[in-house]
Amino acid sequence: MPFKRYVEIGRVALVNYGKDYGKLVVIVDVVDQNRALVDAPDMVRSQMNFKRLTLADIKIDINRVPKKKTLIDAMEKADVKNKWENSSWGRKLIVQKRRTSLNDFDRFKLMLAKIKFWVVFNVLKIGIMLGILFPIPMKAGMVRQELAKLKKETAA
Amino acid sequence: MAAKRKIPIKTRNPDLIRGVGKYSRSKMYHKRGLWAIKAKNGGVFPRHDPQAKTPAVAEKPPKFYPADNVKKPLLNKRKPKPTKLRASITPGTVLILLAGRFMGKRVVFLKQLTSGLLLVTGPFKINGVPLRRVNQSYAIATSTKIDISEVNVDKFDDKYFTKEVVKKKKKNEGEFFEAEKEDKRKLPEDKKEDQKVVDASLLKSIENVPDLKAYLAARFSLKSGMKPHELVF
Repeated sequence: MPFKRYVEIGRVALVNYGKDYGKLVVIVDVVDQNRALVDAPDMVRSQMNFKRLTLADIKIDINRVPKKKTLIDAMEKADVKNKWENSSWGRKLIVQKRRTSLNDFDRFKLMLAKIKFWVVFNVLKIGIMLGILFPIPMKAGMVRQELAKLKKETAA
Repeated sequence: MAAKRKIPIKTRNPDLIRGVGKYSRSKMYHKRGLWAIKAKNGGVFPRHDPQAKTPAVAEKPPKFYPADNVKKPLLNKRKPKPTKLRASITPGTVLILLAGRFMGKRVVFLKQLTSGLLLVTGPFKINGVPLRRVNQSYAIATSTKIDISEVNVDKFDDKYFTKEVVKKKKKNEGEFFEAEKEDKRKLPEDKKEDQKVVDASLLKSIENVPDLKAYLAARFSLKSGMKPHELVF
């Protein structure tokens, strides 16, 4: 299994330890075997050990050690923020953040929504299995689509 | 208390170095105006002779000397401070009760009483918690707030909640063996009325928020995977 994500100038990484935990940063230069010079639009450029970084799939086009303004423009051009938020990793992080910030009342409302969804889901499922709801035999794909629509409706 | 001067006073004889003043003795005599005081008093410094003391009242010797020297307890002038209310608890906050008969119930906070305890109500119709006093330490404050402006809680204080003293009747021998005819202490009607009045206005605010009524009716419990130190209430 060859490596797919390399440490290079312009590689976007997620900080997984320390004061800047959770931030997306860009590798702007390599200091030595263990450390990189790292920068982000909202932080002061600093060195970071590679062990504190987890490489992402995103890479931007910059020269070695660009000016802050150049870096920000390059990030806008490559649309790092949107690419990240639409990636499955980025989406998972957003969901995690939302879950931890839930209020006690929010958790209660979520529980009610889940119950509602699963009750309908199971009724439909049994209906389909017994052939009551859909007398015309449907393809499995279409059934899945119908259920996905239901899920979207009851999503918080 | 002496009145505070607005401008701090300047010393008449500032120090050049510690221990050495700027002005000499004779200069200071002049500065302080001692010559003027003398002149006012006819060339001599005014003298105040000690006033004649009224003779001290003769103390009678005490009638009783205790056999042992008993130590007097030290004087305690400590006044306890009013209990500080946590910043997260404001009128209308939903609290989770942590102990007692209503453990786990979600309840509406009304006001803090002078004893420091929190006045709280279910509302009774929703979860069976009446107007009740609760200690701050046994309540978690959630961030859910209810509009409580229309509720009038002025008439409730600690005296409202004290137990009524029932005089015990002395039992004769005969009565002992009779069936105990103690009436169950019933809740007086006016307290029931108070509950209804407070809850009526609360219920209106609660029904405006979707799911809030069911939320207050349900009990809180820790489920698998819930970490209290990571939960946001």
